Amino acid sequence: MHEMALCESLMAIIEQEATMGRFHQVHSVSLEVGLLAGVEPEALQFGFQAVTHGTVAEGAELRILPATAQALCVLCGLEETISRPMSLCPACHGPLHVSGGRGLRIKEMEVE
Amino acid sequence: MCGVCGCGDTKHGHDHGHGHEGEVGHRHDGGASGGGLREHGHLPRFAHAPGLSARRIVQVEQDLFAQNQAYADGNRRAFGERRVFSVNLMSSPGSGKTTLLVRTLKAMHDACPVIVIEGDQQTDRDARRIAATGVPVHQVNTGRGCHLDAHRVAHACDHLPIADGATLFIENVGNLVCPAGFDLGEARRVVVLSVTEGEDKPLKYPDMFRAADMLILNKVDLLPYVDFDIEACYAHAREVNPLVTMIAVSATRGDGMAQWLAWIGSERARWMRDGARATNPIGG
Ligand SMILES: Nc1nc2c(ncn2[C@@H]2O[C@H](COP(=O)(O)OP(=O)(O)OP(=O)(O)O)[C@@H](O)[C@H]2O)c(=O)[nH]1
Ligand SMILES: [Mg+2]
Ligand SMILES: [Zn+2]
Ligand SMILES: [Zn+2]
Ligand SMILES: [Zn+2]
Ligand SMILES: [Zn+2]
Repeated sequence: MHEMALCESLMAIIEQEATMGRFHQVHSVSLEVGLLAGVEPEALQFGFQAVTHGTVAEGAELRILPATAQALCVLCGLEETISRPMSLCPACHGPLHVSGGRGLRIKEMEVE
Repeated sequence: MCGVCGCGDTKHGHDHGHGHEGEVGHRHDGGASGGGLREHGHLPRFAHAPGLSARRIVQVEQDLFAQNQAYADGNRRAFGERRVFSVNLMSSPGSGKTTLLVRTLKAMHDACPVIVIEGDQQTDRDARRIAATGVPVHQVNTGRGCHLDAHRVAHACDHLPIADGATLFIENVGNLVCPAGFDLGEARRVVVLSVTEGEDKPLKYPDMFRAADMLILNKVDLLPYVDFDIEACYAHAREVNPLVTMIAVSATRGDGMAQWLAWIGSERARWMRDGARATNPIGG
C-alpha cells in the first residue's frame, strides 16, 4: 500500500527530528494532505498506527489537515481555489490547469 | 558508496558489481540515521525549543514526497543531458504493457537505441520476455512495494548501457493507484487500459488518468466479445484529462501500432524542441 510507504517516510522524518530535536515522545503530528495527493485519510491513519508501534510516536494522534489547490482556466482565465478534484472550468468547460494540492507535508509536532 | 546518489552501500546492502538480488531489499527511507534526507538537503528547521522535557511544538515543514522528487529531478536532468527520451508505462496488472513493449521494441530496435527498465514485485519473467528481443533490460523487484520510485530508477540506469539519444521505456508495477503519485523523472507518461477492464476506469482511478500524456486502449481485438463502449471510455478519460491523447491498440494483433510508434517519434521530437526538458508531470 502506497499509504504504508508514505507512513514509513513520515516515521523516518520523525525519528530524525527526535534525534536532532532531543525529544523522547511525540503526542501529535499535523500533516497537511493535498486534495490531489491521492491518499486516503483512513489508510494513512491505519498506516500511521502500524509504523509508530514501538517508537517515540507510539500512541500519537495524527491530525490530517486538508489542503486546497489552485485552478486556472486555459480558455477564459478564471482563477479559483478548489477543494475537490476538478478538470473542467465551471464557467466555460475549458480545460483547467491545476497546481498545488499534490503535497503531503508534515507541519508540526507536539513533543516532549 | 553508491555511484548514483551517494547513499552508502552498507546501508542498503547491494553490490553494483554483482547480481541484483540485493535490490529486492533496496530502500533508504526506513532508518533513523537514514542519510538520504540529509544528503539531499532537506534539513529540518526548528522553532525555539526551550526545556528539553517540556511539552512543546516543533515546526517541521517537510514534504513526504520531497525525497522522491529530489531523485526524480536528478533523473530528469541526467536524461536531458544525454538526450534520453523516457516513457513511464503504467496500467493495472495484465493490461498488456509487456506485450505492447515487446512489439514496440521489435519495431524500433533496428532504427534507434532502446533500453528498458522492468518493475515487478517479484520475478524477472517480464525482463526475460524483453531480453529475448535483444534490447538491454534491467529488472527491478520492488518486493512488497507497489510502485517504482525515482531512486530505484536511478540505480537501474546504473546497470544499463545507455547510449546518448536512446529511448528508455520504464514498465511500472501493475497497479492503477500509487504509480500515479511517484514522479520518476520521465519525459512522458502512458497509461494502458484494456477493453476487458470496463470503460469507467478513468472515473474510478482519476489520479492515474489525470497525470497521463497518452491513453492506450489495448486488446481491441477482443471488442466483439466484451461489452465495452470505446466512445464512453474516451469521454470519461477526457473528463478527468481534457488534453490526453488516446489511441486504440491490439498489442497481439498489431492494430494501432503505427499510430503509437508515430506518437513516440513526434513526442520525442517535441521534447527535444522543448530543450529535452519536461516539467514534473504530477505538478507542485
Ligand atoms: N487478446 C489480447 N490479449 C492481449 C493483448 N495484449 C496483451 N494480451 C494478453 O494479456 C495478458 C497480459 O499481458 P502482459 O503484457 O503480460 O500484461 P502486463 O501489463 O505487462 O502485466 P503485468 O506486468 O503483470 O502488470 C497476456 O496473456 C497477453 O497475451 C491484446 O492486445 N489482445
Ligand atoms: Mg508486464
Ligand atoms: Zn505504491
Ligand atoms: Zn473557463
Ligand atoms: Zn545503491
Ligand atoms: Zn541509492
